[in-house]
Amino acid sequence: MSDSTAASITAICDEFENDRTRMIDIVRAVQARTGGVDSEAMTTIAEKTGARRVEVESVVTFYSFLSEEPKGKTVIWLCDDIIDRMHGYDEVLAAFAAELGIGPGDTTSDGAFSLERTACIGMCDQAPAALINDTVVTELTAEKARAIVAELREHGDPTRLVTEPGDGNNAHELVRAMVRNNIREAGPVLFSPLNRGEGVRKALGMSPVEVIRTVKTSRLRGRGGAGFPAGMKWEFTRGAQGDEKYVLCNADEGEPGTFKDRVLLTEMPDRVFAGMTIAGYAIGARTGILYLRSEYAYLRAFLEDVLEQRRSDDLLGENIIGSDFDFDITIQMGAGAYICGEETAMISSCEGLRGDPKTRPPFPAQKGYLGRPTTVNNVETLCCVTKIMEEGPATFSHLGTVQSSGTKLLSVSGDCERPGIYEVELGLSVHELLEKVGATDAIAVQVGGASGTMIGPDQYERCICFDDLATGGSIMVFGPGRNILEVAHAFMEFFEEESCGYCTPCRVGNVLLKTYLERILAGRGEPGDLETMERISKTMVTTSRCGLGQTASNPVMTTLKNFRPVYEALVTDDPDGLRRAFDLKQAVAASEDLTGRESIHA
Amino acid sequence: MGKKYTFTIDGVSVEAEAGQSIIEAADAAGVYIPRLCHRPGLQAFGSCRICTVLVNGRPVAACTEPAVEGMIVQNDVETLREFRRTLIEMLFVEGNHFCMFCEKSGNCELQALAYRFGITAPTLPYANPKREIDASHPDIFVDRNRCILCARCVRASRDLDGKAVFDFVGRGPDKTIAVNAEARLADTDIDITDEALNVCPVGALMRKRVGYAVPIGQRLYDHEPIGSEIEARRSGAEE
Repeated sequence: MSDSTAASITAICDEFENDRTRMIDIVRAVQARTGGVDSEAMTTIAEKTGARRVEVESVVTFYSFLSEEPKGKTVIWLCDDIIDRMHGYDEVLAAFAAELGIGPGDTTSDGAFSLERTACIGMCDQAPAALINDTVVTELTAEKARAIVAELREHGDPTRLVTEPGDGNNAHELVRAMVRNNIREAGPVLFSPLNRGEGVRKALGMSPVEVIRTVKTSRLRGRGGAGFPAGMKWEFTRGAQGDEKYVLCNADEGEPGTFKDRVLLTEMPDRVFAGMTIAGYAIGARTGILYLRSEYAYLRAFLEDVLEQRRSDDLLGENIIGSDFDFDITIQMGAGAYICGEETAMISSCEGLRGDPKTRPPFPAQKGYLGRPTTVNNVETLCCVTKIMEEGPATFSHLGTVQSSGTKLLSVSGDCERPGIYEVELGLSVHELLEKVGATDAIAVQVGGASGTMIGPDQYERCICFDDLATGGSIMVFGPGRNILEVAHAFMEFFEEESCGYCTPCRVGNVLLKTYLERILAGRGEPGDLETMERISKTMVTTSRCGLGQTASNPVMTTLKNFRPVYEALVTDDPDGLRRAFDLKQAVAASEDLTGRESIHA
Repeated sequence: MGKKYTFTIDGVSVEAEAGQSIIEAADAAGVYIPRLCHRPGLQAFGSCRICTVLVNGRPVAACTEPAVEGMIVQNDVETLREFRRTLIEMLFVEGNHFCMFCEKSGNCELQALAYRFGITAPTLPYANPKREIDASHPDIFVDRNRCILCARCVRASRDLDGKAVFDFVGRGPDKTIAVNAEARLADTDIDITDEALNVCPVGALMRKRVGYAVPIGQRLYDHEPIGSEIEARRSGAEE
């Protein structure tokens, strides 16, 4: 390490006050400066922050956007989602690889480019998409990929790839992204005209207990997917003992196929921040943290600016709107980990740790961020809160159904005519939704992302709501000709990569389910495999430590239930009584290599 | 004097001190709940999930779940036995475990659990991973082939030895145990007398030069299944 590099790492640590709870910020900054966080850098960071060296290593090796090896000056992160694969991912990857002369995971010898694949970046409505450093490029083709590389070779500045910014705030000078909002249906709650400051003002006119009662009256349930009543969550946090309390906003939407929070953060950031402020007032917090996924780094400067405006407008800071309530919000960047959308993993990440979920009990409402009572709410939930304050709970609770009040944002992608964002009342049937999006010929719909439910046409009358088909917002549509098992396999690949590895069932189960799916897809499945897959799935559901592991087998469980004939057609007994799973050719390959002789295969 | 709670495990009445976990109360009462990552004297971790029990029908890890008055715990029931067999198998196929030439054989908790559950060979496909051995230290070696990521050494080194030699790096199937040095165990401050060396349930963290000092046939689990030592407390009391 050169002296100047060492000095800059030291300076970065100083900038974050050598605070080990800010480890994610520190390692992100070091990587931005030096391309990676190498062994020497880890030692320096450990010395400066008082963390053990292995703790720094533990963090760097956990998050997918962090790397020990130095990455190229320009890193192309191509989104490898099932939706991207359906829209030409393979050709785009091949074009990038050919043009750069490297494969995924590699860096060009001159250190100019790295090519990486990554999980869902929240752009399924404009797939295939990629991040080039922090710049989003959408609707890629092989031709565009070649042009991008040629252009970057000329000037090296990914931000200059954006020649035509998208609609709305995507064109804002602090965003300047080619991303399009694709708001196909704006409902009465989330994209209704904003009455800036009104939600906070109304809340501050009530007591915190009245605010909580109002939210309870609206019957608002958490929009992240689990559907826990928001008012009750606040009540627990308010009632917990603690000198400091915190509001965390979960802007780590990583569920494959979801992108609604991207659009809310782009178009309605004031409503999100107002919701956090109201939550802070209700539970007795003075600090809020927006946990922003690394994929949405392109929105950060814009969001910081909105926060600054709110401070100057007396909507954040000390004595908000002349009251004695103080509240401010900071933004914590993620570093690439789906698991950090799980609330206790998110708290770990905010504390500068690996994104491992925490042991419960205690629950975040009792002991959350830095051991203090914490409420974690989804971006959309907080937008709903603001609207509920603006207009009162009745307007909201009259929408939707009794158990699932209000509207829900759906992120629709895949084989449909009109992919994008739909704000619909909860209780809508899948059939009605498919009419709206132009996908009446769908052979399957994945509701709720990879961790959700795969249904076929015989179930399109089912409803999208918390008590039937719950979803954090992801709806993926699969048209005629799509292979259901390939979809399930893609989801299991995703979970294998995104499992934190803490508990046995999730760490091992995902790999096993993926292995069985691969066998079956290769025509080597045996009838007993289906029962084994069910046994593994049930073990994962019952014994996993957090929601990720408890739902990760859903791609297999729900396709085994709803598309069983597809599996059964592929798993058959061998007529000669041989074990189909045993691949003789593969088994002797290594010895063939060693001996230099080829066996005779039947 | 703390508060006392009474609850049942498979119909057997068990007493717990306030703050005790289900597994601690069960151990004291002589009710065996199978486990791997849990070890008395170490902070609860909850990674292996073998101690999963049903509390009023809801699955929880008995090592991290506090005992509460009146809870109805199901432990030795067939659904849970099947999940436990699957978890044990998962741990075998995830790593590279060769009992027949492992020094830990007979004293190994993973092997002993498999025998207790009637597993003679895994039925799930092996991952056959490439894992590293660290034999850099003169007295101690780490064989990651056998590691089950239970964090006993992590906790013992941190909380009992006051050193924190170990931690985890990587994620998902790539998660492995690592040492607090650039690469080698030899560069840490671990010592042969550390408590961390006494807690590994498998043969992953071992002392060098003690091969087969106790012959096979005279080892911890050679005659009685694992858990018998806990169950003896209860049957002893009843007789």
